[in-house]
Amino acid sequence: MYVAVKGGEAAIDNAHRWLADLRRGDRDLAPLQTQQVSEQLTLATSRVMAEGAIYDRELAALAIKQARGDLIEAIFLLRAYRTTLPRFGTSKPIDTGAMNCLRRISATFKDVPGGQVLGPTFDYTHRLLDFALAADGEVPAALQAKLQSQATSSTGRKPRISDFLDDEGLLQPEPTGDATPPDLTREPVSFPAGRALRLQALTRSDEGFLLGLAYSTQRGYARNHPFVGELRIGVVAVEMEIPELGFSIEIAEIEVSECETVNQFQGSKTEPAQFTRGYGLVFGQAERKAISMALCDRALRWEELGEDNLGAPAQNEEFVIMHGDNIQATGFVEHIKLPHYVDFQSEAELVRRLRRMHAEDATPSQGDTA
Amino acid sequence: MMQDEPLFAASGLSKSYGTHVGCRDVSFDLWPGEVLGIVGESGSGKSTLLNCISGQLEPSEGDVLYRTQDEGMKSTQAMTEPELRKLRRTEWAFVHQNPRDGLRLSVSAGGNVGERLMAIGARHYGDIRNSASEWLERVEISTARIDDRPSTFSGGMQQRLQIARNLVTHPRLIFMDEPTGGLDVSVQARLLDLLRSLVRELGLSAIIVTHDLAVVRLLADRLMVMRGGSVVEQGLTDQVLDDPQHPYTQLLVSSVLMP
Amino acid sequence: MSTLVREHYNFAYLDEHTKRMIRRALLKGVAIPGYQVPFASREMPMPYGWGTGGVQVSAACMVPDDRVKVIDQGADDTTNAISIRKFFERTAGVALTERTAEATLIQTRHRIPEHPLSEGQILVYQVPIPEPLRFLEPRETETRKMHALSEYGLMHVKLYEDISQHGEIATSYAYPAEVNGRHVFDPSPIPKFDNPKLDNAPALQLFGAGREQRIYAVPPYTRVRSLDFEDYPFVAARAEHQCALCGALHTYLDEVIIDDEGGRMFVCSDTDYCNERQQANQETGNDAG
Repeated sequence: MYVAVKGGEAAIDNAHRWLADLRRGDRDLAPLQTQQVSEQLTLATSRVMAEGAIYDRELAALAIKQARGDLIEAIFLLRAYRTTLPRFGTSKPIDTGAMNCLRRISATFKDVPGGQVLGPTFDYTHRLLDFALAADGEVPAALQAKLQSQATSSTGRKPRISDFLDDEGLLQPEPTGDATPPDLTREPVSFPAGRALRLQALTRSDEGFLLGLAYSTQRGYARNHPFVGELRIGVVAVEMEIPELGFSIEIAEIEVSECETVNQFQGSKTEPAQFTRGYGLVFGQAERKAISMALCDRALRWEELGEDNLGAPAQNEEFVIMHGDNIQATGFVEHIKLPHYVDFQSEAELVRRLRRMHAEDATPSQGDTA
Repeated sequence: MMQDEPLFAASGLSKSYGTHVGCRDVSFDLWPGEVLGIVGESGSGKSTLLNCISGQLEPSEGDVLYRTQDEGMKSTQAMTEPELRKLRRTEWAFVHQNPRDGLRLSVSAGGNVGERLMAIGARHYGDIRNSASEWLERVEISTARIDDRPSTFSGGMQQRLQIARNLVTHPRLIFMDEPTGGLDVSVQARLLDLLRSLVRELGLSAIIVTHDLAVVRLLADRLMVMRGGSVVEQGLTDQVLDDPQHPYTQLLVSSVLMP
Repeated sequence: MSTLVREHYNFAYLDEHTKRMIRRALLKGVAIPGYQVPFASREMPMPYGWGTGGVQVSAACMVPDDRVKVIDQGADDTTNAISIRKFFERTAGVALTERTAEATLIQTRHRIPEHPLSEGQILVYQVPIPEPLRFLEPRETETRKMHALSEYGLMHVKLYEDISQHGEIATSYAYPAEVNGRHVFDPSPIPKFDNPKLDNAPALQLFGAGREQRIYAVPPYTRVRSLDFEDYPFVAARAEHQCALCGALHTYLDEVIIDDEGGRMFVCSDTDYCNERQQANQETGNDAG
């Protein structure tokens, strides 16, 4: 006698227990501390904060640990947490010009006021596995002291490259305004979305998705000939007006990566040639994402700048915004593993009936010819 | 009773794009059952004019009037979008130069013809299919092809299918944009023949935009010649083609072999 | 664990501002049956596509006295149904039930319960793609216009194509219907067998699409007509078998493969309804009713 599949509840509980057990792994090893994650897997923490859209290293580290290192799962945990948080107000726009930079480079000028500061970058490392790390290689104390003094001498406030171009009129100015930007987590997105909303969506978008799109713009799917005008990573203050005080106070310091690309713009009959920008801003140290974001932002501006629509995915606002969110994407892509047997049954009955009808249609005609 | 009123009229119609002029101060009346040809070379403003009068482009100045069933002559600019959209799928029809713009290529020929019927509320499959068969026959497409997709049709067949799809709801006014463009000469002749007999049989009013004088000689009662956005000459087709007054019309007529 | 969760989160997880925003959308949906109301869908602690829309709608309607039932594929014991039921148990502490008749709020994915619903009950559907015209017309700006102007000819073109190719309307689930003589809507991927239950139902039917940020509703006793042709009327299809457990001939059946030789049996997809019938059969000593 067939018994309908029961025990789903027990199965779920068991799955969760098993998951927790595997998360802990070999009990002979010390359990992973969340501080170890935020301190030693800083870039993973950065990514989870950026795409989780909440700046909190400790929570991001906890999410990474809880997700067994699955970063999209960790981002999901943060998003689901952030959505329940009350909103006390809105900060003032951060001033990245006042950033305390630990890395700052420009590809458009050999040297610039404030200097090119390489900072802690993988750029010129040789990608050779460092077996000393496997053997727990610590940075020698003497070297550590030297590095620290170097760091303090080169970091600090740097003038923005785009301001130099701006002063000369070479770079198209960006409109300034006090308008409150829309919030895609509080209003349903409608199209056309506009640049403020696009940038908001891009900074939360999946790094891999943006990287692929940005790459496609360089390979001819949209016309993009950018230079990195400036890439800077560092710490900025977040300030908020407190109505009771009547002035703004600093409520936090956050680390961000900012990229401004400079693109050619041929000009038109009415406007002389000028450079235009693409913009990327991401929480934490995330320069790959910041650069990708700037390329995508610039490609999406084709209409505003009177460029041709080449039909490239990176030019299609609806395509980019609707498909860049990895939490939406992973949910919908993976939901097809949920049971669909009611619909499948319905389809199976239909196909069987159609095949039966087809067979019945075919039989008499064979009889006729026989 | 209202035969003394035109079906459709344009008055002082202009359209400019910034400093560029699409068309300038165009006026005409179209009477029931009349076919008006608009000729000119590319860039003469004839396509801009067609888009303005068919409600696809907002004119910068002037007015377009259509004699509606209920309210008599009514400005199309005064119509709401729902009214205009309804007109476009009932009393008006539009034949595009490229049949791909006027057909659903992934829908069968029968479905293409039936769409306008279903859009105005037809809900009997058998009736819709019969109408579709009838119209396929009228435009000389074998009814055996009714379930085939137009992507498998030749260019001439696609154009005839587009015409059937438009005429199935018995419109009063049909706009045609270079309906024979892009077709072989022999295919063109057959299509023109078909169009002429359909227009006469159904008593349709039509506005045909073309650069091809042979098309208007065969189909149009009246002719407007456009150049640089303006109408330089208009009159009865035979009159304009056989005794052109404006130097540009003379040049146009002399530059083509007459049939 | 539950008390810990309830200390840190509001009743039924969502904050009251969000619930109010959702309720406003629901009221609009009820006022214009079948109209898709945009709403600022929140990020939920379960994945998009797994019922986030339905959960938000349920949470916005839920009160502490509710008795909640959750089904997926008609069954209370499918994993996602259990997961959502546990979510409400943890975050709202409401009473749970598997009995359709006893529930005040039922969240469902892919089925309408067999047991007739009654006045005062709320049925919440999880919706993946709310737009019935989406696969005919991909542009949102255009589909909204088509709804606004009741331009539904295209929907029938699809049905026409089905008949011309297959001899019948080959849509077996998510079968489009017209609500209150006005809006055409997607009743979510329920089998078309369930479509007649949408019509003139005493319960309030609410639809939530989280990822697509849309809410719509069919108020009690509202006319819902499945689209068809006069000469090809809508037919609610089911497998031509009998439930092997309760003997029902009138319910929607699941097909189960029971051995390595591919032997099949058919059982009710609605587990609560089937249990109810099995018990009744035992009491009357009747094996198949």
